[in-house]
Amino acid sequence: MSDEIVLKITNVSKSFGAIQALRGVDFELRHGEVHAIAGENGAGKSTLMNIIDGILRPDSGEIILNGQPVEITSPARAQELGIGFVHQEIALCPDVTVAENIFMAEINKSRKWLMSYPDLFARARVALSQLSPIDPAVLVKTLSISNQQLVEIAKALTLDCRILILDEPTAALTEREARVLFGIMRQLAARGISIIYISHRLVEIFDNCDRVSIFRDGRRVATAEVASVTPDYIVNNMVGRVIGKLYPPKQSEAERLPGALLEVRNLTDGRRFRDVSFALKRGEILGLAGLIGAGRSEIVKGICGLHEGTSGEITLDGKRFPIRSYRDSIDDGVVYLSEDRKGDGVFLDLSIAANVAAIDLRQVSTPWGTIDSEKEAEQANRFGDRLGLKRGSIRDPVSSLSGGNQQKVAIAKMLSVNPRVIFLDEPTRGVDVGAKAEIHRILRDLARSGVGIVVVSSELPELIGLCDRVLVVREGEISGTLEGDALTEENIMRLASFTERAGPPSPGSPSETLH
Amino acid sequence: MSDAAHQVRDEPVARTARPGSPLGRLVRERETGLVLIILLLFVVMSFASPYFLTWENMRAMTMAFAVEGIVVVGMTILLISGGIDLSVGSVVAFAMVLAGWLFLQGVDPWLASALAIIASAGIGAAMGLCVTRIGLHHFIVSLAFMVIARGACLLFTGGRPLGLFTLPPAFKFIGQGSIGVIPFVIIIFVVFVVVFDFLLRRSTAFRKIFYTGSNEKAAAYSGIRTKRVIFFTTTLCSTLAGFAGIIYMARFGSAQPTFGIGMELNVIAAAVIGGASLSGGQGTIFGAILGAVLLSVVSSSLALLDVSVYWQDIIRGSILLAAVSFDHYLHRHKAR
Repeated sequence: MSDEIVLKITNVSKSFGAIQALRGVDFELRHGEVHAIAGENGAGKSTLMNIIDGILRPDSGEIILNGQPVEITSPARAQELGIGFVHQEIALCPDVTVAENIFMAEINKSRKWLMSYPDLFARARVALSQLSPIDPAVLVKTLSISNQQLVEIAKALTLDCRILILDEPTAALTEREARVLFGIMRQLAARGISIIYISHRLVEIFDNCDRVSIFRDGRRVATAEVASVTPDYIVNNMVGRVIGKLYPPKQSEAERLPGALLEVRNLTDGRRFRDVSFALKRGEILGLAGLIGAGRSEIVKGICGLHEGTSGEITLDGKRFPIRSYRDSIDDGVVYLSEDRKGDGVFLDLSIAANVAAIDLRQVSTPWGTIDSEKEAEQANRFGDRLGLKRGSIRDPVSSLSGGNQQKVAIAKMLSVNPRVIFLDEPTRGVDVGAKAEIHRILRDLARSGVGIVVVSSELPELIGLCDRVLVVREGEISGTLEGDALTEENIMRLASFTERAGPPSPGSPSETLH
Repeated sequence: MSDAAHQVRDEPVARTARPGSPLGRLVRERETGLVLIILLLFVVMSFASPYFLTWENMRAMTMAFAVEGIVVVGMTILLISGGIDLSVGSVVAFAMVLAGWLFLQGVDPWLASALAIIASAGIGAAMGLCVTRIGLHHFIVSLAFMVIARGACLLFTGGRPLGLFTLPPAFKFIGQGSIGVIPFVIIIFVVFVVVFDFLLRRSTAFRKIFYTGSNEKAAAYSGIRTKRVIFFTTTLCSTLAGFAGIIYMARFGSAQPTFGIGMELNVIAAAVIGGASLSGGQGTIFGAILGAVLLSVVSSSLALLDVSVYWQDIIRGSILLAAVSFDHYLHRHKAR
């Protein structure tokens, strides 16, 4: 490592509509260093990386590569400039061979008429040799996720890059594979390649990186030599934020009701989660925290009958609540709001009224089994008013609404059946601040009326501001419960991200309850 | 309410304001455009050919699409649910041949027809199971059954048409009779169209078809049993095709194993011209029938103008392409 700066970013800003993703960020990458990037989901890490890779263009600011100001207009341009990006989600073509995937960019540019497979396989074997003995002639879809990840890395390495961005590369790797990867990272750095390494696992940062930059709310709040700081320093900088009065008041002591509304015991699907047990009290908002991929969504879907292979004991209001189809779950008053609003939360092409009515058509039916459009409009307007839905006509398609209002339609759809328990998966993702506060108020009002609410969220301030109690999920198991003064971002991060590879900084069993 | 929440209410109603007057809606509807085009063709053709606006020609044109129109009804419903069926032409022939063959074996023609319609429904049910249970695509499954059903027709008949001269008059009336001046076939057709158009617009059960076709996953996340819906629409489409086969049999007084080859393409074209989307979630029976009317009027016009049969196919294909391109254009501009 030398002090020579290969990449210098000055005063870069980027906003998406009303959301300011990056606010005047400065960043420097040295020659041959492994530079960790830490920050919560939504802190601006991905936005910055996407700007460096040319996927996004900054609104303002400058990028200087090897002393020259550059415009990175596309990922292809980034490749030409020697920037490689291994994305967290695997972006390979599953139906072609490993070798063809590795050399995709080259084949795309090639002027030859015919493919030379022996040559391609031989070179792929060389590229893979330092990583893993993967057969270059097999189809990518036959590989395990971790091997696919290694193919991604091999692909980036063959591009002769000077800067390599790795976005949570170990998320899908086993520990042994991760160690191999860290060895390779070290070798690459020794060869003068600069690596930007994004990870939620603090252990990995301390074991393998030279410097760390910490992002929060679209700003770079600190950069330090890893050797000179402690894990607490990183966590404090990641979360050190004052939560405004955006959140409605929590459940008071007097409002607490005895007894569990929903009790879950030993919920297991055999793949993504196991032995999940918790109780949801009446009128409570319970948070489900954890890293992306920890199994939070699968757990709540499992309870509602939307995740195959789930088994376990559930009681609702003291009565057995068997896991069946989602239809049965709805009829018992247990509903689920999907995290992917546009993909499966609403029907974008259909009218607001048709969306609200979808979950229980009997309510808007005549005795003869036809839709009563008066009733349908009345229902949609009633919930629209209750949720403060801004709308032109109730017959307009949902696609005409803003993100926050689309989400209100999705919530109205669930409320139409007078649910007893509501599971919400990332209810405010992609929703602007104002609508977000309104959704939080709606949820608190529902809880006050006795509904049990479970919120899955990747946004720590939301969990802390909104929820009465938070369960933390780590790798498919509940690693702890937090409430009261113990409900802090530091504690959530600690329970969510420390793995057995290194013990947490404070003593404690793998599962703990803090008050 | 918090300050932040209050702020939001004062924002303009972004992107929700659209002309919502009944007239504005009528102008935007696909059906209105089709009616205008058809009327225009009528006006032009009545000047261009003295034979066009005659009772005989109108009757012939209507007869030409009436029975096929019943198949269009089933296909449109299936398309709305997100499916497609290439086997309808074969199933029409299958019902016809099976009923005819049973009749020749001495089975009562009404019973034979009922059995043939049930068998057609069975084909649809089999396809529905392949799609919902095995997870195959409608296109492939119905392609396979298109060939299978056609093969069965040839097997029953040895490849020759079955003459059914002894069909009782009451049965022949279905296909050949008239009530007053109106052919009975057209009455059946109108009843089907009115009933299914109403069901599709108003019925609670049929509403689930739109949800499923619009976004199958969102429908499942709304507790709709989407597999049942798809099974139902697939079965219904084949059942209606079988029904159409029986009417054809009564009309022709024979059962032809090679009847209906290529019908599926006409039927799909009519539905798509009428506004049904191949990706599901959109379409009306009324629109699809207007699509069928348009194709029929164009065919009739071209024939009266002595245009070569080969040109007719080229022109029909071009109309389909124009309709679909128009849709695509509309959608691109709607999406911001």
